[in-house]
Amino acid sequence: MTLALRPSLVAALAALALPASVAAQGGAPAGESGGAFTPFLPGMIVLLPLLGFLANGALALAHGKKSADAVRAGGELDLGERAQRPLTHTLPSLIGPGVLGLAFLITLVNFSRALGASLEEPVVVHYWTWMATGTFTVDAALQLDQLSLLMMMIVTGVGFLIHVFSVGYMRDDAGYPRYFAYLNLFVFFMLVLVMGASYALMFVGWEGVGLCSYLLIGFWFGDKEKSDAGKKAFIVNRIGDFGFLVAMFLLYATFGTLDFVPIFADAQLTTSLVYGGGLVTAITLFFFLGAAGKSAQIPLYVWLPDAMAGPTPVSALIHAATMVTAGVYLVARSSVLFALSPVGSATVAGVGVLTALFAATIALQQYDIKKVLAYSTVSQLGYMFVGVGVGAYAAGVFHLMTHAFFKALLFLGSGAVIHSMHHAYHHTHKHDDPQDMRNMGGLRAHMPITWITMWIGTLAIAGIWPLAGFFSKDEIIWQVAAFGGAVNAPYPLLYTLFWMTALAAAMLTAFYMTRMMVMTFHGSNRTGAEEAKHLHEAPAVMWVPLAVLAVLSVFGGWINVPEALRTSFLGLGGALPMSEWLHHWLEPVTAGAHEVQLEHLGEVAHAAPVGGGEVAWAAISFLAAAAVVAAAFKVVGAQKTVPAHDAPAPTGFANVLYNKYYVDELYNWIVVQPIVRASQFCWRVIDATIIDGTVNAVGWVSKGVGWGVSMFQTGNVSTYAFVLTLGVLVILGVSVF
Amino acid sequence: MITEAIVLSAILFVIGTFGVLVRRNAIIMFLCIELQLNAVNVAFVAFSNLFGIDGQIFVFFVMTVAAAEAAVGLAIIISIFRHYESVDVGSFNLLKW
Amino acid sequence: MTALLDSIGYANWVLHALVWLPVLGMGLVLWAEEERAKTVAFWWSLGVLVLSLGLWFAFDPASADFQMTSSAPWIESWGVSYSLGVDGISLFMVILTTLSTSLAILGSFNYIQSRERAFYALMLLLEAGVVGVFVATDVFLFYVFFELTLVPMYFIVGIWGGERRIYAAIKFFLYTAFGSLLMLVGILYLFWRAKGLLGAPTFSYEDFLLVPLSMTEQLWLFTAFALAFSVKVPVFPLHTWLPDAHVEAPTPGSVILAAVLLKMGTYGFLRFLLPFFPAASQHPTVVTTMLVLGLVGILYTAWVAAVQPDAKKLVAYTSVAHMGFVVLGIFALTVNGLQGGLIVMISHGLSTGALFLLLGMLYERRHTRKIDDFGGLARVAPWLATAFVITALASIGLPGTSGFVGEFLALLGTFETHPTIAILATLGVIFAAYYMLPMVQKVFFNQLATDENREVEDASGRELAILAPLCALMIWIGWNPTPFLERMEPSVRAVIERVESAGAQVSASAEPQTPQSLDETVEASSTPPPRRDRRRRVDSRRRRARRD
Repeated sequence: MTLALRPSLVAALAALALPASVAAQGGAPAGESGGAFTPFLPGMIVLLPLLGFLANGALALAHGKKSADAVRAGGELDLGERAQRPLTHTLPSLIGPGVLGLAFLITLVNFSRALGASLEEPVVVHYWTWMATGTFTVDAALQLDQLSLLMMMIVTGVGFLIHVFSVGYMRDDAGYPRYFAYLNLFVFFMLVLVMGASYALMFVGWEGVGLCSYLLIGFWFGDKEKSDAGKKAFIVNRIGDFGFLVAMFLLYATFGTLDFVPIFADAQLTTSLVYGGGLVTAITLFFFLGAAGKSAQIPLYVWLPDAMAGPTPVSALIHAATMVTAGVYLVARSSVLFALSPVGSATVAGVGVLTALFAATIALQQYDIKKVLAYSTVSQLGYMFVGVGVGAYAAGVFHLMTHAFFKALLFLGSGAVIHSMHHAYHHTHKHDDPQDMRNMGGLRAHMPITWITMWIGTLAIAGIWPLAGFFSKDEIIWQVAAFGGAVNAPYPLLYTLFWMTALAAAMLTAFYMTRMMVMTFHGSNRTGAEEAKHLHEAPAVMWVPLAVLAVLSVFGGWINVPEALRTSFLGLGGALPMSEWLHHWLEPVTAGAHEVQLEHLGEVAHAAPVGGGEVAWAAISFLAAAAVVAAAFKVVGAQKTVPAHDAPAPTGFANVLYNKYYVDELYNWIVVQPIVRASQFCWRVIDATIIDGTVNAVGWVSKGVGWGVSMFQTGNVSTYAFVLTLGVLVILGVSVF
Repeated sequence: MITEAIVLSAILFVIGTFGVLVRRNAIIMFLCIELQLNAVNVAFVAFSNLFGIDGQIFVFFVMTVAAAEAAVGLAIIISIFRHYESVDVGSFNLLKW
Repeated sequence: MTALLDSIGYANWVLHALVWLPVLGMGLVLWAEEERAKTVAFWWSLGVLVLSLGLWFAFDPASADFQMTSSAPWIESWGVSYSLGVDGISLFMVILTTLSTSLAILGSFNYIQSRERAFYALMLLLEAGVVGVFVATDVFLFYVFFELTLVPMYFIVGIWGGERRIYAAIKFFLYTAFGSLLMLVGILYLFWRAKGLLGAPTFSYEDFLLVPLSMTEQLWLFTAFALAFSVKVPVFPLHTWLPDAHVEAPTPGSVILAAVLLKMGTYGFLRFLLPFFPAASQHPTVVTTMLVLGLVGILYTAWVAAVQPDAKKLVAYTSVAHMGFVVLGIFALTVNGLQGGLIVMISHGLSTGALFLLLGMLYERRHTRKIDDFGGLARVAPWLATAFVITALASIGLPGTSGFVGEFLALLGTFETHPTIAILATLGVIFAAYYMLPMVQKVFFNQLATDENREVEDASGRELAILAPLCALMIWIGWNPTPFLERMEPSVRAVIERVESAGAQVSASAEPQTPQSLDETVEASSTPPPRRDRRRRVDSRRRRARRD
């Protein structure tokens, strides 16, 4: 019995902590920095959030009956004072962040071990055979390499801070345990996504995070709009997932496996993948469709702004720091494939830069503080795709990391603001929008810590030296120029255009972020006299994560100062012990791609298309960003902003921007409505009328024929006898003659 | 010899058939059916002279069946007569479509 | 476990027991008092379920042959025998049948309020019939069971159904009977050919495999069999009986219909269609036709499902879409595709069965099936909502649930041979979200607006006992399908090999020839079945003929 039950789920869960085999693929040569890398409980990193999900989920269901009774009685469950709350609403505060903290510590151990060891080849830890049909096998296996370790650090680290923040933000919500259950489940799937050793397992995480995103966007599902937003996110993501699936089929047809290690090892050797060939281009384009869905790129970005319907920490974790960057991770992970396809890479970069500009313009004219941040996220994701699209995989991942810091900070900061605004309105029973920046203003007096930390985030995203965003964004913009100038660059003019667009979008970023800060924190308060008294600074459980993220937003960029800048004043005058650390760290992962690139494109340029070296352009972009910030501060500060309900409707182009170029309406008109109408047509006309009509017609015809023939039955015996005789005579006649 | 017997049988059969077709009195129709059966019997007996005893054996079967039929048929006719006070087949046509 | 099973001679009698115990239980139920009928029926069916679980352990995963076989002559003059056996294709169908019968009976405790004894007796009769379909290794016996299942289902829909139950029941009956009559003709043809070949009448499955058929014969017979099974599956455009039958059937009827009766169609594809007519199954026109019909089923019914106002009808249409994946997987004619198709069959049985049970529970509370009448139920019924969401996700094939494993493998297998169709079918992934999520939202999310919805009670202990095993299985198979896949693999591989070897011969001889001579070539070179040693079979057949 025990033997036969061995592969049961329980055993499988237990097996997570005890890997079946640890295999360093290929003979890992002893590096200069130390011995081989031994993973430390990698399964536990994944398992802990899952356990947290199960525990919190159990608490949520245990709480379900009480809350249902309260709803049936016609109201909401009164949670009462914090001290007297039931376990269902106190335990999640420990379990939720607790499992993440532990997972982060284990990740930290692994990360530090990897720092001290040589990790030339990825370490793959096998647990059990997931699917095996005889011709196709996928293992439940985790892959530990530089890229996945970095992603794990971001997911568990930033995730932990956001979990802690959530305790402050969500603990008065009736659905508190459910919230942490979803959040833990999200982290579980996100870790599966970044740690999975095959595309198939990555896809598990990929759709799993989509599910959690759906559940968390629609967390307050009683509101139809929020529920709709969740559904929209899921369906749009599924369009992307379609691309991911097709790309996997193509990979399987080419390589016979979906595991990373053999695919990337064979990618350059196999004859079926020709540089620039149709197959590899198809694979990369389908993958990019998936990435565009998950990472909210044109044309599939429409779900992300709506996703702001979820609780704000969710927006910080899922829709800024981690899940939406999965597409970038996918491209970086598949760097060899993308390097083999110039068309694929150019598409990634082109869509990225277009999205960066497009979303930035929309952000200029939004009044909802979270919508500004949402479009900013879409725009920044565009930058990351530009980075990985021009072969600067390390730069893309670098921006992913710094963006996780400062965008999580900005979202959490906005969460603190909304929290405060919500409380203020709650006290006076006013029903204004607590997220509308036109109702804010002058909040710095009430929330100094939030104010300062958010300014740090804003300066970081705007690209102000020496904050994190300066180094990461500047690196990407520079790489576009360098790539376009490579010896055999495929479309040099196109890349020049990309480069200039990216620069322009960076200026827009500086503008709309400053606008947001000014409208929220500066000027006079527009919340209302009575309400303003109740505005308050966030509690420690909320501001401490802000402070930590602020520190990371300042120093996070220093790990990858470009070599060219290092000795200049922009590189802190050589005070840093290392330059391009991340670049070197990720080298084993991206080496294959770089080889391909070097072979087919040659050396990248050392000067921008219009002249000027890296240092010069870094200085120019910094000065320009600083100028824009200063100008925006002046311009927006001078504008007279009125509270939302008094504000006139925007006109002209501002109105087009305010309505997001009417893209949602356009999609509704050209995609959604036709499909719904076609569905109605299929049902009413084809199914009910044509097919079922035919079936019923067959029935009616049989009935009709039967009715007609039954007329012969007159009931008169003589007639029967006559017909009988006639029949006999006919048969006789036929048989005789 | 055989020819005469067959002709006789055929004449009897046609008379019976006509009776069934043109008469409306149930009793007479019934008697005409008996006439048909006996026409067949004549043919059977005549043929048994040529081909062996089988035909004569069959005649006994036919007679048995005819007797049984007469019993059931007359019972039905009497039952119908009690109900309608008529044995005209044209007046019973409830069993249509 | 295996030792324990051996010590009681499990393998010798289990299949007979699984067929006849429900019949015995039927007698018990009819004999019991009216109000105790459901308890008797449930415990009896649970016993049958427990008994059937032993198959999992007693089954030898390494073998492609029929296992636990037993055979006895039945109508000797026609060569009909009562032979049972189970292989990797039917194993899970048997367990799925016993499982869903038990749960369906448990799920009808409140729903069925009249003529309870008759109802539960029919449910057990249905179980016997369906198990018989899956374990029969005599084609005549199979046909008897195949038709037998119609009778209880007809009455279940016709007596305990909704308003248009008579229409639905007759439609269901006529549709299916029409199809199976064609199959009967095909079976008789095979019978005469087998008799001519072996010199003795036989309906044995393995003897039918020996019959060499020309391409023309194969195509005709394929059409006859395929029509019979396609009605059952149902394959577009033969599907319109299904929504009506589902909507009108009582909850347990819908559960059994979705969970196992539809599987009889795809099971027939795997068991009879491909092995009997391997050359026809390889014929490009045939394959393309079936794949396109499967594809149309996936996309078209997804669209139709999305605009249904009736929740049950919506789920009924999704059944057609899911079975489209099975058809796709089967006619991909690859190991991945077939195994994926089988997993979809299991997964669909679990998830759609659970969805019908859940809709039944909602119907008992609200007496409506219209989606728009619901709303916000998750706030008053969190357990039901949780189960519903898990089930819906399994149904749309989210990774980590059984639906994904099946659909993924089926599509992967299809992609190997027919990439374009596979890519188009993958679009079904999007449309699955398009039909399922709006329903989940309108029923469980959104505002809790009406008092009727406010009064909805959460799941009772009995209902949780129904849903928990189903949800657990969906997730278990999602994460660890290997034990299932490894039990299927040898049998699936045998089917593929048989089809491929026939196809290879057809293509080898497909030089420019007249159709006449092509037929002869196929006939002359028809393949021996890989399942059994051909010579041994023929010998035993000769021996029997001599004894006669």
